[in-house]
Amino acid sequence: MNTPRVAITGGTSGLGLALVRELRRRGSRVAFVARTRERVEQIARDHPGTHGIVGDIARKDDIHRIALQISTALGGLDVLVNNASSLGPTPLALLADTECEDFALALETNVLGPFRLTKALLGALTASAREGRGAIVLTISSDAAINAYAQWGAYGASKAALRHMSAIWGEELAAEGVRFLSLDPGDMDTPLHALAVPNADPATLKRPETAARELADAISAALVTEPA
Amino acid sequence: MIAAARPIQRPFDARLLVISRNGAITHAARSGLADFLQPGDLVIANDAATLPASLHGVHLPSAAQIEVRLAGRSSLAPDDLRFSAVVFGAGDWHMRTEDRPPPPPLARGDRIALGPLVATVDGLLGHQRLVALKFDGPPDTVWAGIAEHGRPIQYAYLDRTLALWDVWTPIAALPVAFEAPSAGFALDWRFLDALRSRGVEFATITLAAGISSTGDPALDARLPFDEPYRIPVKTAAQIRRAKTRGGRIVAVGTTVVRALVHSGGRAGEGVADRRIGADTRLCVVDAMLSGTHAPDESHYQVLRAFQRDDVLARAEAALEASNYRTHEFGDSVLIFSHQDSAPAGELSRNCGGPVRATPDVSYVPGTLNA
Repeated sequence: MNTPRVAITGGTSGLGLALVRELRRRGSRVAFVARTRERVEQIARDHPGTHGIVGDIARKDDIHRIALQISTALGGLDVLVNNASSLGPTPLALLADTECEDFALALETNVLGPFRLTKALLGALTASAREGRGAIVLTISSDAAINAYAQWGAYGASKAALRHMSAIWGEELAAEGVRFLSLDPGDMDTPLHALAVPNADPATLKRPETAARELADAISAALVTEPA
Repeated sequence: MIAAARPIQRPFDARLLVISRNGAITHAARSGLADFLQPGDLVIANDAATLPASLHGVHLPSAAQIEVRLAGRSSLAPDDLRFSAVVFGAGDWHMRTEDRPPPPPLARGDRIALGPLVATVDGLLGHQRLVALKFDGPPDTVWAGIAEHGRPIQYAYLDRTLALWDVWTPIAALPVAFEAPSAGFALDWRFLDALRSRGVEFATITLAAGISSTGDPALDARLPFDEPYRIPVKTAAQIRRAKTRGGRIVAVGTTVVRALVHSGGRAGEGVADRRIGADTRLCVVDAMLSGTHAPDESHYQVLRAFQRDDVLARAEAALEASNYRTHEFGDSVLIFSHQDSAPAGELSRNCGGPVRATPDVSYVPGTLNA
């Protein structure tokens, strides 16, 4: 069994950081992407063997630089986790009160960013699939992608688009051997959730470490069932 | 031919000139490429992504502005940070390389600042402008610096500055090429689907395509520099199976021909150090998809392995007469070889024609063709 090579966007906080730790603990080779240089360097120092990459997936100009660094850091790519995400306006707002720019940023981060990064890394992923290592794109979804919640307009609409895009990628690239998973980790005790629901009782929320274990299990299962 | 000045990888009206095994010439739309392939054939492309290999900076001993073009490496390993590089004086791609001023005199040990990176001249490689270059710092930092500061190598006939997405083929994977393996611009995912439905297989190799032109006659005479490559086990198996069933091997680009001829189609890593020319035995390769190349380009020599000079002269005349577009964003040629293809059992022997007596894979690729 080959050591999986995994890239995670939004890897310095919340679920992304928990995934970096969990996948590293399981022996994967891990690269992670985030916007803030100091945070990226700190997390990379704290987790020897991981590769930190500074970049903003919402910026078109950053995408190929990020892809280049992922591929050189890992020597290829088996698993891409599209985790980074934007809530849209904070505090949350009714759609009628949402500024167009805030909606646009949610779409750039939650839809166009994952689209561009997946596209830029598709060559690496299909190369991995051809060599029988398996290739997976895991998209972190949300129940807001399915249910219409008041005040979650920018986030919910962009997450719905992301989920649907992932499903279409999956249809189109099944023959190339790339599998697309869209998974909802549930409501977690993360900085993103605290921004959205500042008064939530942490005891009622899932720990990101628990969600990371479940997602890592899903990745392992998908890699194992990959036809050689 | 007309220079293709716009960096559009797949213009809707791209054309394809087909040269058959017996030298017959056909004009077609490149969108119909799959029609020239048969069930059982195997198409092999170079999946190297392209580095932003042009780095502007300062030669610290002289404080002179320079441009460094990374041009070669002895392996594909990400932690191998020793490059051969061609150095230019002040100016950028808008000026023809032939007209570029030379760099200041360079010496071993000279320090060069390239944006966030610092490199040291590790030696001269038999020419004033060709150096061995070693970057300071750990691999992640160096690649981040190249990603941030580098720009794709490009030439004066283009009408705009290239971004990385302009030069990555749709299948671009490991970033190791110094210039784009541009024959692969013709590939898109719909084409790969079309191959599948036709019963044509697809495979990849990775070869660090080097610099194609320096503007300096003495240096250009040494091109192509040695290029490290890898043939995946799966690809080697597909080649054997295709040969066994009588399928043809169609190489996408001169880089794939070079890797397949050097390796004989066997799996593994190597450094392609032989030029392909009229006397090369192609044995693994039956056809090549490439750009349109004029007789004064080094790539043209590769065509001479596929067909006799009189056939190539007729093809060249046809490209000129019909105003085909040339250079990396131009039209394409599909050329079938007049050589007899080797059966599967002979793949590992006698490939490539003349072989160097003592292959030298020491660290500086640029020295080997000298």
